[in-house]
Amino acid sequence: MAMTIHVDIVSAEADIFSGLAEIIFAPAQKGEIGILPRHAPLLTPLKHGEVRVRKQGGEEESFYVSGGMLEIQPHVVTVLADTARRAKDLDEAAAMEAKQRAEKLLADKQVAIDYARAQAELAEAMAQLQAINRLRKIRS
Amino acid sequence: MASGKEIRTKISSIKSTQKITRAMEMVAASKMRKAQDRMRKSRPYAEKIRAVIGHLAHAHPEYKHSYMIQREVKRVGVIVISSDRGLCGGLNTNLFKKALITLKAWHKDNIQVDMCTIGNKANGFFKRVGGRIIAQAPHLGDNPTLEDLIGTVKVMLDDYDDGKIDQLFLVFNRFVNTMTQTPTVQQLLPIIADTEHQQLQHHWDYIYEPESQEVLDQLLTRYLESLAYQGVVENLACEQAARMVAMKAASDNASNLIDELQLAYNKARQASITQELSEIVSGAAAV
Repeated sequence: MAMTIHVDIVSAEADIFSGLAEIIFAPAQKGEIGILPRHAPLLTPLKHGEVRVRKQGGEEESFYVSGGMLEIQPHVVTVLADTARRAKDLDEAAAMEAKQRAEKLLADKQVAIDYARAQAELAEAMAQLQAINRLRKIRS
Repeated sequence: MASGKEIRTKISSIKSTQKITRAMEMVAASKMRKAQDRMRKSRPYAEKIRAVIGHLAHAHPEYKHSYMIQREVKRVGVIVISSDRGLCGGLNTNLFKKALITLKAWHKDNIQVDMCTIGNKANGFFKRVGGRIIAQAPHLGDNPTLEDLIGTVKVMLDDYDDGKIDQLFLVFNRFVNTMTQTPTVQQLLPIIADTEHQQLQHHWDYIYEPESQEVLDQLLTRYLESLAYQGVVENLACEQAARMVAMKAASDNASNLIDELQLAYNKARQASITQELSEIVSGAAAV
């Protein structure tokens, strides 16, 4: 029987694949690499592309990743897949957008926190909740 | 005493309210299950990255990334995660209370605070009470994606890189179980060294492609994003759980009210029958 290596493909949002494989092909940043069992430990970013896993018995499964990280240890391969398309300028644009939303929100900018007001508001909400609880207890 | 008709309208209006709260309870229950599922699914990623980072930190004791170095704290960044909608009991109130206690402590120590809000309720609250909000995430809805968070997290990380903030915190509700949600303040930056992986101290190292620093940079950013994402997902599960409990309580209260009103209605009806009877009897006696 062929030697096998354990493969985990995970993304931040879901567990994609976990199992044994004979060989894995992954689109590393400096070119596609094939990983056999007992590969030397390696850490590299991935480009977008296909991760192919040949499972025990020769059946092949492939997964599309839009990027991510690849970690190799002699008996375990971990693919940390990105769920979003990543690029420096894309990230930059997202950051700008987040800032603009905040600016819009604070059109009437009030920088210091009004602690007295915040506390009064919270105290009111808490009192309401407590009153509801009390009412519930009296009733039952 | 209210007349029979009045009580009947009241009962029917409470019944329709109860229908709504029942429906909301069931919707929240099914959404909670989904959210819990998502919460579970997001865990392996963060764990794997943490293990790799832990290993990297040990393999490269001489290289310290700025995300791992403690600095003197003059200004801190806070990411507050709240729900988008209300009707979920004291969930958001408790969270804001916790946040405010922490903020006040910093205020006392003359530490400035930059904020970033995720979720409508946090926006509204900090807009009303003030606070320097520098970034904001859009409506995340019931299916938050990591993509929605990249921008907000990046704003904070850039500020940290530029030295504008010296610490970064995440404020969110931690899901303990359906009945309990704990408001939590978690430190994101600088990353607190993980001691769990001490036993990994063999003499081996990865081959890096390209440079190890670059790889570490990417890893750390992704790690922090995944932590923020986990916070959002966990908060979502909390929101649905809290809503389910609140709506269940509301439905129960409605049934109690209906029972009481029904009793009052029956009494009123009985009283009017008795009165009519006695009127007829006394009328007959007079003839």
